[in-house]
Amino acid sequence: MQTSVSIKDLSLAFGSVRVIEQLNLEIGQGEFLVLLGPSGCGKSTLLNCIAGLLDVSDGQIFISGKNVTWEEPKDRGIGMVFQSYALYPQMTVEKNLSFGLRVAGFKKEEIAERVARASEILQIGPLLQRKPANLSGGQRQRVAIGRALVRDVDVFLFDEPLSNLDAKLRSELRVEIKRLHQRLKNTMIYVTHDQIEAMTLADRIAIMRDGVIQQLADPHTIYNKPVNLFVAGFIGSPSMNFIHGDLEGGAEPTFVSNGVRVPMKGYAFDNGVPPSGTTKGVLGIRPEHVAIHDDAARMPFTFDGEIDIVEPMGSDTVAWIKLAGQSFTFRCESEVVLQVGQRIRLGFDPARGSLFSADTGDRL
Amino acid sequence: MTTDNYAIAGTPTAKAALKSDAETQGPRGPKPKRLSPGRIGVYAFLVIAALFFLVPLYVMIVTSLKDMPEVREGHIFNLPLRPTIDPWISAWTSACTGRNCTGLSPGFLNSVKITIPSVIISIIVASINGYALSFWRYRGAEFFFNLLVFGAFVPYQVVIYPLIIGMRYMHLFATLPGIIIVHTIFGMPILTLLFRNFYAGLPIEIFKASRIDGAGFWQTYFRVMLPMSVPITVVAVILQVTGIWNDFLFGLVFAGPTNIPMTLQLNNIVNTTTGTVAYDVNMAATILTAAVPLVIYFVSGKWFVRGIAAGAVKG
Amino acid sequence: MADVATAGPGAPVVRRRRRLNIQSIVATLPMIIVSFSVFFVGIIFTIIWSFTDSGMFPGFHFVGFAQYARLWSTDLWLICVNNIWFFGLMSLVVNLTAGFLLAVFMDQNIKQESLFRSIFLYPFAMSLIVTGLAWQWILDPGLGLQQTVRNLGWTTFELAPLVHQETAIYGLVVAGIWQGSGVTMAIMLAGLRGVDQEVWKAARIDGIPAWRVYLFIVLPMMRGAVATAFILQCTGIVRVFDLVYAMTRGGPGNYTYMPAMYVINFITVRLNVGQGMAAATMMLLPIALLLVIRAIVVWWNERRAGLNA
Repeated sequence: MQTSVSIKDLSLAFGSVRVIEQLNLEIGQGEFLVLLGPSGCGKSTLLNCIAGLLDVSDGQIFISGKNVTWEEPKDRGIGMVFQSYALYPQMTVEKNLSFGLRVAGFKKEEIAERVARASEILQIGPLLQRKPANLSGGQRQRVAIGRALVRDVDVFLFDEPLSNLDAKLRSELRVEIKRLHQRLKNTMIYVTHDQIEAMTLADRIAIMRDGVIQQLADPHTIYNKPVNLFVAGFIGSPSMNFIHGDLEGGAEPTFVSNGVRVPMKGYAFDNGVPPSGTTKGVLGIRPEHVAIHDDAARMPFTFDGEIDIVEPMGSDTVAWIKLAGQSFTFRCESEVVLQVGQRIRLGFDPARGSLFSADTGDRL
Repeated sequence: MTTDNYAIAGTPTAKAALKSDAETQGPRGPKPKRLSPGRIGVYAFLVIAALFFLVPLYVMIVTSLKDMPEVREGHIFNLPLRPTIDPWISAWTSACTGRNCTGLSPGFLNSVKITIPSVIISIIVASINGYALSFWRYRGAEFFFNLLVFGAFVPYQVVIYPLIIGMRYMHLFATLPGIIIVHTIFGMPILTLLFRNFYAGLPIEIFKASRIDGAGFWQTYFRVMLPMSVPITVVAVILQVTGIWNDFLFGLVFAGPTNIPMTLQLNNIVNTTTGTVAYDVNMAATILTAAVPLVIYFVSGKWFVRGIAAGAVKG
Repeated sequence: MADVATAGPGAPVVRRRRRLNIQSIVATLPMIIVSFSVFFVGIIFTIIWSFTDSGMFPGFHFVGFAQYARLWSTDLWLICVNNIWFFGLMSLVVNLTAGFLLAVFMDQNIKQESLFRSIFLYPFAMSLIVTGLAWQWILDPGLGLQQTVRNLGWTTFELAPLVHQETAIYGLVVAGIWQGSGVTMAIMLAGLRGVDQEVWKAARIDGIPAWRVYLFIVLPMMRGAVATAFILQCTGIVRVFDLVYAMTRGGPGNYTYMPAMYVINFITVRLNVGQGMAAATMMLLPIALLLVIRAIVVWWNERRAGLNA
């Protein structure tokens, strides 16, 4: 697969504050890449660098094979969609879409054709003569996407485009963006702090923290094999359970915490073999990987617990118990009857979990 | 935390392979900053504009330090050959307005006597007005407020004669209290607007909490709102001091012969054509008159800017 | 306990107190008295007296529109009207343009921005008397700019607008610009800075050159600031008195006389109150016009909002 966007050794500092250091990233043609992370992790900054809106302190940026590090945003072959839509308020939708093309000197027929194509794809034809003030949030965002579409570029950049919309509109537009990607097959780089958007839209997710990419992989891998504690805790709702304890290495690796012994047979260690000796570690198990009652008995590891809190979510139920003296949540179907104080048998397969070093946070 | 060289489709590629590309020789790092002609033009424009604004002040200062022979030579931009502060002393103590040759100092005193009470009273009144209009509205309040704001746009000359008659009727015409009242009257619209917008911008919850605590009208004002209104009060003070000190028209009409403010005296000194005109003294007198608001401006620069923007931006 | 009125303009719910808000009324008595007596009754009296033949003292002997007839056939008044329109329009256009340009240039990430801003704004702190005198001096033919340039060798240089009747008013305009464009700049700059930064980003991506962004995108978005500056300038221009009094005293030969001076002159010097009041009432008209226009605009906008809802 051909590389669409290539970022080499990118560094960015604001004065003495280093926001991004030596970041490398390759994005394939037609790929939907999501930059995911908490506020301040540098994802928007990275996007602005790719767009050319921010000047980098070091490194290079290539788009479609061309070195664009010193190019103006308009010459980079990109289109961008912003969180606040950033439509030109005094112009009609049609003028908003065509303004950039008119300035660039395109012929009238060409402009009309591009505008027509974009409005057809985004279903904004009937809105062409309206001004942004008379559009709903969802319509405005579609126009913003349209403005990027008419530019006929290879790469689209999205800077948290759905964050200003309410939950219902957000899920609607999310599906539309996915459909757009399937239809256009352009490379799309998408910034968000919402993990649901990331999981549903991405071909690959780059989770960022403090300017560094923690893990770059497809959603499935990120979800099931998070590369460190941060990623494991960031993805998944309700979040992964973390049990602190010691990992005893050797032929039969076991995770021990407050007297509870969890056999780690079948767990795929990073180097193939478990670390020797005893290492302080953290065992991570997702709440939905926990079985209850009879199903629990078939699991390699079982334990009993007393239910502390029950949270009925509607679609399922989340309950809190204690394992090895630490908080533990599990998820089950909403039909199952759970009561506070109830003693229940739970089980999980440690091989499906994740082990992390307590010192470095990395996956073992 | 690892920063591997992530390659296409997640398959690790030897770092060497990427680094050996010829691409690494291309543009890299921050864009080279060329001093473009556009940038030069911007600075040139701003510098020329700055010169335009500074020249009068420069000329005034420089002229006020020259003696008359040098002034007559007509090189207004030259620095004084024989700098002297005699013009300044003359201006302050012995410049003549008509038949009185007392210099500017009486005018200065009068201006102070006029400005300080006017500022204090007009701000107190406006602050209470703004407070009452924001939190304790009564039927008709909005009407009077709109009338007041309308008054802000009305040229003074439209109402000046009825005001004169009114003042005469109350034996306040050409008295110190009279001109203080006049300044208060004409300061009220803008200041009330300022304070009302400020109080309206405060969260209503503070007010409600105070009411729940049992505080009444005046208690809430003194204990809660007044302390919070320090920033806007500072702005209001700056605006009023500048406006009142610089006033000329009201001083001309309402001050009376015993309370001539500095601006009036300045005009009399400069524009009386008795004998030779002492330009250097005139310039010194002008600077002295402008000194007070100028000093306030330079000392409280950013508050002044905020005041102008705040006073001018209406709801 | 009676209900509390909610604060702030445009608050959705205002619960009225069941008993009159006595304390509030008492506290705002000054405002009530002043606004009513000065800005309502006062104006009424001005208008009434303009229909009388009052001379030195105000009377109530009505003479219909006689004062107005006389006013509009007086050369001096016609000069005033001419001047105020010319001065006003010129000042307005130059001031707003200069203020906008200065604001745009100041918005370019200037290193010494606060220094420049101080320089542009300090004239506003100076009294119009001071301004008028300073510029009168600079424009003096024998001792000001003209002489200095002539001393440099350019012996036929002419720059003494205040001396000639036709050009004196330009001198006034320049002095007015000097004093007032800094404020316009400050207001416009605040308006510029209030524009959503992401619109700038979008324009950069679209490849729109900066000057087009300023003119066609940002300026329309700054309508509030422009309106504010416009109104501020208008109100200042109509009542211009100090500047003219100091700079030209209305001369040369009354060619820079202004309506404000006309009113004051007829009240205090010529002691013809009727005429003065007629002139004063005429001065009221532009303001009344502006208010009517504003009311229409507000009504029009509300109607449009209702149609599009």
